[in-house]
Amino acid sequence: MTDKVQIEQISFWGLAKQNMRKLSMFIMLGLILAVFAILTKGVNLTPRNITNIFIQNSYILILAVGMVLVIIIGNIDLSVGSVVAFSGAISAMIYNKGIGLIPTLLLSLVIGALIGSFQAVLIAYLRIPAFITTLGGMLLFRGLTYIITNVSPISLRDDGFKQIASGSLNIKGFTIGNYDGLSIVVMAVAIIALVVYNYFQRRRKIRNGFSLIPLRYTILKIGALSALIILVFLRFAAYRGIPTVGLVLFIVTAIFVFITNNTVIGRYIYAVGGNAKSAKLSGINSEQVVFITHVIMGVLCGLSGVVFTAYMNSALPQAGNQFEMDAIASCYIGGAAASGGIGTTIGAITGGLVMGVINNGMSLMNIGADWQYVVKASILLLAVFYDIWSRRKSGLG
Amino acid sequence: MGSNDYILEVNNITKDFPGVRALDNVDFKVRRGEIHCLVGENGAGKSTLVNVISGVFPRGDYEGVVVFKGKETHYRSTKDSESDGLSIIHQELTLSPYLSIYENIFLGNMKTRFGVIDWDACLRDSYPLLKRVGLSEPPQTIVSKMSVGKQQLVEIARAISRNAELLIFDEPTSSLNDEESENLLKLLLEFKREGITCIMISHKLDEVLAVADSITILRDGLSVASYDTRAEEVSKQQIIKAMVGRELKNLFPEKDPKIGEVVFEVKNWSVNHPDYHDMKIVDNASFFLKRGEIVSFCGPMGAGRTELMMSIFGNSYGYGATGEIYLHNEKVTFKSPKDAIEKGVGYVSEDRKSLGLILIQDVKTNITNSSLPKLSKRGVLDKEKIRESAEFYKESLQIKTPSLEQLARNLSGGNQQKVVLSRALLADPDIFIVDEPTRGIDVGAKFEIYSILNEMVKQGKSVIVVSSELTEAISMSDRIYVMNEGKIKGVLNRDEATQEGIMHMALVD
Ligand SMILES: Nc1ncnc2c1ncn2[C@@H]1O[C@H](COP(=O)(O)OP(=O)(O)OP(=O)(O)O)[C@@H](O)[C@H]1O
Ligand SMILES: [Mg+2]
Repeated sequence: MTDKVQIEQISFWGLAKQNMRKLSMFIMLGLILAVFAILTKGVNLTPRNITNIFIQNSYILILAVGMVLVIIIGNIDLSVGSVVAFSGAISAMIYNKGIGLIPTLLLSLVIGALIGSFQAVLIAYLRIPAFITTLGGMLLFRGLTYIITNVSPISLRDDGFKQIASGSLNIKGFTIGNYDGLSIVVMAVAIIALVVYNYFQRRRKIRNGFSLIPLRYTILKIGALSALIILVFLRFAAYRGIPTVGLVLFIVTAIFVFITNNTVIGRYIYAVGGNAKSAKLSGINSEQVVFITHVIMGVLCGLSGVVFTAYMNSALPQAGNQFEMDAIASCYIGGAAASGGIGTTIGAITGGLVMGVINNGMSLMNIGADWQYVVKASILLLAVFYDIWSRRKSGLG
Repeated sequence: MGSNDYILEVNNITKDFPGVRALDNVDFKVRRGEIHCLVGENGAGKSTLVNVISGVFPRGDYEGVVVFKGKETHYRSTKDSESDGLSIIHQELTLSPYLSIYENIFLGNMKTRFGVIDWDACLRDSYPLLKRVGLSEPPQTIVSKMSVGKQQLVEIARAISRNAELLIFDEPTSSLNDEESENLLKLLLEFKREGITCIMISHKLDEVLAVADSITILRDGLSVASYDTRAEEVSKQQIIKAMVGRELKNLFPEKDPKIGEVVFEVKNWSVNHPDYHDMKIVDNASFFLKRGEIVSFCGPMGAGRTELMMSIFGNSYGYGATGEIYLHNEKVTFKSPKDAIEKGVGYVSEDRKSLGLILIQDVKTNITNSSLPKLSKRGVLDKEKIRESAEFYKESLQIKTPSLEQLARNLSGGNQQKVVLSRALLADPDIFIVDEPTRGIDVGAKFEIYSILNEMVKQGKSVIVVSSELTEAISMSDRIYVMNEGKIKGVLNRDEATQEGIMHMALVD
């Protein structure tokens, strides 16, 4: 139908420059990994440690995925740590009743959703500022957690729960060489999927007569992503296989990347965050969008609560302390704007990993929490400074 | 279809705001397929009326009935009116700043397949819409990076994407230059040919007379007159009289310039695009300004006039500005807007909403907040003086507000513009740069603003006006610089400037 395919004339550096803001987070993560690899003489890149980084940060990353939506819409949620503790405690209590893992998980998500809705009503419809509502929520749910747990840990009846956090996915006896077979298979499928997706995307663009970036850059992109997939999965394969939380995280991330990019509600979140009044005049029910965003945050708190309880193998009354700070910092490191309207799921995840890698690396080096705070603070400020500077340069506010 | 086939009938609408009755028993009828213009002074209630019609104010927020296509409306929001075939393009741009053109077009009305956004369809369908409104930007462009004029076209594209039968334009041409306004009016006539009814609010009476089939005039919330231009001859004087309630002899005040020595000079000024660092936006511009002079900068949209002024004003725009600035024959550099202000240069932006006003503060604060040092003693604010100065400008520019404590966001568009101007005037700069000072301002208040600029130059100050209205530039200024594509193409004296001459100079060479 269309006579000619338009190939954009763009040099490698031109393309890199255009995407610099997007790429800078990954570069930062890579650099930090490299620095710690040198400092720890490679210990931080061992299969066991890579797996641990995912497990130890999974609950923060899950929160960051929700938090970034809240930040995009121009709000903040300070209550997430307390809600994690509360829903974690409840999940332990219902699991101990013996109803099984999946029902426990589902019930915890429902409880998260209810808590989220409660705060969301106050924020979206009664117009109490999110900062204040969730500050209240932070105190309220911490208090309720203390009340239901009697301020003492609840231990779990068996080791089933623990599997969510520290278990791994593998098929007994299925190995390829010294590697776990399932990891290798998933790795291969992922790479093939990546290639196929890009192929169809290019074909679709050609069919619609949209302009294309030159093929070599698409190949370069696929190559870089494949290398990343191979690196991570070989680490998993050499240790115990794909960690279960890895799968949970992957599913959560995939769902929210999809929601934010391809669903109406996702785009409305950006529209309301960018300019609430104009969103309203475009016929968007902005209260409803704010409401849904905070409910989503609640659901993810429920999930995070389950994962954290599983990770600790018991529900602690002081669980989730300061998780909100880590989640918020992850979003900002990942390029979200404090004024709303800007931010991505992948950014939040990358930001969370940056913090996780720093924590992990410094622990490996036996550096205490004191210096970890100082380093994390510097990274946060540096990342946000870079972000604001580059945004100003490109006229985005 | 007879000529009395009304697509829209508005009966006995009354709308109150705290302290103001914005609409008082207004009747308003629009025939199917016509272009109906709505005129009136700033704050007359025009925007309020169309907001009532389009459901920005939901049913129940006002008294009276709106009948669209023979049915009484019960809109709860603009979403309802849009799906009913009625779209409004607001006075203040309402695009979502960090989203792309095509996402903005379909915002609130995304194309989906099984609840999933079909980005390809959105992109594909945006091309013909953009073509129809004459916008050549790639649809992926983020709108906050585009000029106000282009954003306006995106809004229009958005409105026509909803298959509207009635389009309402609230001052669509106020942010466009002459050429673009003309294109927009052509677009309106095109819509009319396609059978779409249009309501247009405008302060530019020439364009109203050029396209209107009917004209309704509002004054202080009352509908005072209605003309059918096909049945009777209507003159500009007639409209003005009905608008302001008195005869207005001249549209421009008398000028009696006393021009002195050169006080401000810019030499070889160049500045690059903030994103694309190798793209020149202003190219080697040189100009000067004498004491007591009003100098205008004219040229098509995208000529680089705003960018030139903003980059001079403490590097508020662009990348890698080079060139020299001389103030009273001394070479200076303006490190920041603050630095420029301290050296006696004032600047009023064309984009009042995002750069000019603090919407959640009141009128008094907005007028006085850049002159607070002057209005205080040893760091303590002199409340009395603040009140007096604000009151002075409220009176002299006829800012229509129930009180000085009214929040800026509750003012009508034109009155917000007056507040921004007041603030700059109060700061009392020696060199005053105003970008589109009369955008969206009614004829009466325009006269006041011109008089104030004249008064300033009489006191030995100098004014640079960036204006897209050629008649205004020709009548007001002593010299006119013509710009296009980042270059200064030439300069014309007051007595040799004509509209054709300016256009010619901009486009030739
Ligand atoms: N939200 C509001 N709260 C209080 N007063 C308001 C509000 N909106 C409008 N008004 C007042 O209602 C009156 C009519 O305003 P409106 O915006 O309809 O004027 P307009 O005719 O569109 O003027 P302009 O030409 O300046 O745009 C004004 O006096 C204005 O101050
Ligand atoms: Mg108005």
